[in-house]
Amino acid sequence: MAQDERIINIEHLSKSFGDKKVLDDINLYVRRGEFLTLLGPSGCGKTTLLRMIAGFLQPDEGVITLDGRNIEGIPPHKRPLNTVFQRYALFPHLDVYDNIAFGLKLRKTPEDEIDRRIRKVLKLVAMSDYEDRDVETLSGGQQQRIAIARAIVNQPKVLLLDEPLAALDLKMRKDMQIELKEMHRKLGITFIYVTHDQEEALTLSDTIVVINEGKIQQAGTPADIYNEPVNSFVADFIGESNILNGTMIRDKEVSFIGHDFKCVDSGFGEDMPVDVVIRPEDIYFTDSDTKAQFTATVKSCTFKGVHYEMFVDTDKGYELMIQDYDAYEAGEEVKLYIKPGDIQVMRKERTENTYEGSVVADGKVEFLDTEFECSTEGFAPGDKVLVSVAFKKVDLLDHDDEAATVGNVEFILYKGDHYHLTVRTESGEKIWVDTNDIWDKNDYVGIRILPKDIRLTKLQENG
Amino acid sequence: MKASRVISKAYLWLVLIILYAPIAFIAVFSFTEAKSLGNWTGFSTALYRNLFTGSMQNSSALLSALENTLLIALIASLVATMLGTVAAIGIFNLKGKKKATMNFLNNIPMINPDIITGVSLFLLFVFLHISQGYTTVILAHITFCTPYVVLNVLPKLSQLNPNIYEAALDLGATPMQALRKVLVPALRPGMISGFILSFTMSLDDFAVTFFTRGTIGLDTLSTYIYADARKGGLTPELKPLMTIIFLIILAVLLIINMRQSKSSDKQ
Amino acid sequence: MGKRSNWALPYFIFLVLFVVLPLLLIVVYALQDGSGHFTLANIAKFFSDGDSLGTFALSIEVAIENTLLCILIGYPAAYILADKSLNRSAVTVVLFILPMWVNALMRTLATAELFTMAGIQLGKGTLLFGMCYDYLPFMIYPIYNVLDKMDKSYAEAAQDLGATPGEVFRKITLPLSMPGVMSGVMMVFMPTVSTFAISEFLTNNKIKLFGTIIQENINNSMWNYGAALSLIMLVIIGITTVLQGDNKQEAMGGAV
Repeated sequence: MAQDERIINIEHLSKSFGDKKVLDDINLYVRRGEFLTLLGPSGCGKTTLLRMIAGFLQPDEGVITLDGRNIEGIPPHKRPLNTVFQRYALFPHLDVYDNIAFGLKLRKTPEDEIDRRIRKVLKLVAMSDYEDRDVETLSGGQQQRIAIARAIVNQPKVLLLDEPLAALDLKMRKDMQIELKEMHRKLGITFIYVTHDQEEALTLSDTIVVINEGKIQQAGTPADIYNEPVNSFVADFIGESNILNGTMIRDKEVSFIGHDFKCVDSGFGEDMPVDVVIRPEDIYFTDSDTKAQFTATVKSCTFKGVHYEMFVDTDKGYELMIQDYDAYEAGEEVKLYIKPGDIQVMRKERTENTYEGSVVADGKVEFLDTEFECSTEGFAPGDKVLVSVAFKKVDLLDHDDEAATVGNVEFILYKGDHYHLTVRTESGEKIWVDTNDIWDKNDYVGIRILPKDIRLTKLQENG
Repeated sequence: MKASRVISKAYLWLVLIILYAPIAFIAVFSFTEAKSLGNWTGFSTALYRNLFTGSMQNSSALLSALENTLLIALIASLVATMLGTVAAIGIFNLKGKKKATMNFLNNIPMINPDIITGVSLFLLFVFLHISQGYTTVILAHITFCTPYVVLNVLPKLSQLNPNIYEAALDLGATPMQALRKVLVPALRPGMISGFILSFTMSLDDFAVTFFTRGTIGLDTLSTYIYADARKGGLTPELKPLMTIIFLIILAVLLIINMRQSKSSDKQ
Repeated sequence: MGKRSNWALPYFIFLVLFVVLPLLLIVVYALQDGSGHFTLANIAKFFSDGDSLGTFALSIEVAIENTLLCILIGYPAAYILADKSLNRSAVTVVLFILPMWVNALMRTLATAELFTMAGIQLGKGTLLFGMCYDYLPFMIYPIYNVLDKMDKSYAEAAQDLGATPGEVFRKITLPLSMPGVMSGVMMVFMPTVSTFAISEFLTNNKIKLFGTIIQENINNSMWNYGAALSLIMLVIIGITTVLQGDNKQEAMGGAV
């Protein structure tokens, strides 16, 4: 792609607040005229990224270029960008007209041109005749339109929108989504849009950038992201999905939920553990025994407006979510199949917990800022070691008297027959846990690992 | 960026130094025996000793003024806190014109300068032929303290889940229990800050006390200082007393502030 | 128990008895002569008495000057205190409001003493500066309160629309902080007009302010004339309150 198609280019951008790294080595470009969405859960760093583009925050490392020019050190008021703020930030002491005229007046635009442009932009946001209104008398949706008008009247090269619809109710949000899309088409300005609402992102965007924990997880078109999520976080965050442990038997053959399936992926190697994503609408019912790949019992069936959402227990004891236009009653035995092209295979990010630790005494090893008991045969106190603990060998307790350390449940993934939890420990590190117990997000848990489940290997030291 | 921080800091410190100069002046000269304020006759803790042993001229007058000040402040701010809290709950549940009227009336004592409050109450007591003394001073202090309690409690009420009181009733609490166990704990922070504000305003009051204390010779610290200063010689032991009061208020405020910032950190 | 809106009733009665009735009594006494007959003589006396008028004019003048001085010194201080990039400590804010709670008379006496020690003649200059000491915290606190609670996104939005830091201050921060300035004015202006002991201490009895005349009349049992002077002050309070709108409650809520 030609360089000048990129209006914004971001390279190796990092930012920390205190000890917390909120953005970590972000690389990203924005095409001229596109509608790009930064999507992620709250606290993922998306707003920080937007504020750095706007100039309200300075990056610790990295470069942002606008039209090929490094904009480091250029204060916000000199950047040819405008922002639509989260809670609109309309100036309460100015009326609608003066709010919109604010930027133009600062630029000493002639009165009659200000007038003309304001009329035009008010028409665009369908708020003509509101010039003299006090902004505080406007409804949320109307304030939203004025905030957009105030930004686009300055004809910015890029419009930044920070969760602009978050404060609106559902109906209003849907209407505004359509209008935003329409405005983007009419104006031809580049939009960078921040949201935590995946549906909004899928509806509006040309490009979606999924961010989690300060890192870009995946960037692509809505279809790419939905159909081919690169990891279980993206799969879980975008749309509904069944995420399952599987094994790549060989190229184009994968095993999960106790059955072997044909798929289209290759290059993973043989007998490799993988994550498998199946969208609920990609599991099909059939009457034909030859077509059926496995059977299941319907557990529940709920009508969702257009389709039915069903939970089934498979013959090998896994739970799957299925969406279909036909309803199958609870208790019914059904035959199911999945097409090879609908099976999304992803490399596992990790297969067990590993930490750098050190042997502190005979039978004692330290990692996660905690001392654990385990066999230290073959190691001497002071040795640096690599500690491995299998996901399912970590016990979570609801009290901390027997626990070695404690943490909070950060992320929960259901994998068909067990939960895969991400737990943030007291030391700020993460430990991944497979469990059948039901925990909630943010639960405070005790963490226990039995001595026999801790495996030590010698850590290769450099020099 | 750096320069503006340095200039800002310097400005703040300059203003603080000016603000605290008189207070520091009192504190410094509380450690010498001289009678008048600007006179240094060598370091001594004699004034403090006199204060605590009560061995000084006018000792009984000064101590009774101190006692009156504290007692009046305590009674007035306790009553104001109770009256103001009940009133705030009532005002919060009022609507329309009635609510506006109550808010307007509640604002009057805060807008009125002390002297107007003092003169108007003086005329009231004269008009009703009430002999002035302890009771009238306390009533007057309640008058100017209660509005601040109301103002500190009202925001807590609007933060409160409107169903919390009904929920308590639903779970079997009597109205009185619901008030004690649910409403009061939720309002407590506002009540406490209202109480402290009332207490300190009552301590510091001069004008209102001056007009409502009558002619029975009732003195608070303020009126005592005023009379003393008009006579020409300030009782030297006032200096250590003021220093001690200042330090106590400083400590209380800092503790409250640290607790507040701690609890807001947690959120 | 009844309706909870009824809980306002005791306080309503209290307010009528101890606020409304006393204020009405000021009007009644002001319009009566010593034997209880209706008269306008007290009011007329004020307008024909050069001394009273002069003191009144001087009081207003001093109050205006003091108020301006407080804004001039207090606004920058409040601004710095509220700016998180310039001041991160909440303790500094406490230090600024703390002098409000030190006995004003004692503080004033010490101030006067400081002036004397520094060889400064007690008079109008010391009166102004002394008053400014006394009332500065009352100006700083409400302005700080408004600035501190102001949504930072207003300033950012203005910057985003092309305003330089100076323009952000002139066009956004300053106009939005006016309610704070107004309540500061409210808390400095009228009290300055009506102080009595403070002005005497600061000028060694050389300069009398309006409050002193009221106090002298009341103390000398000239209640009717004292009430008339109070009434004049009430009228001014009424006018300034209507002009400024009452922002005081917002600014002083949660002062601790």
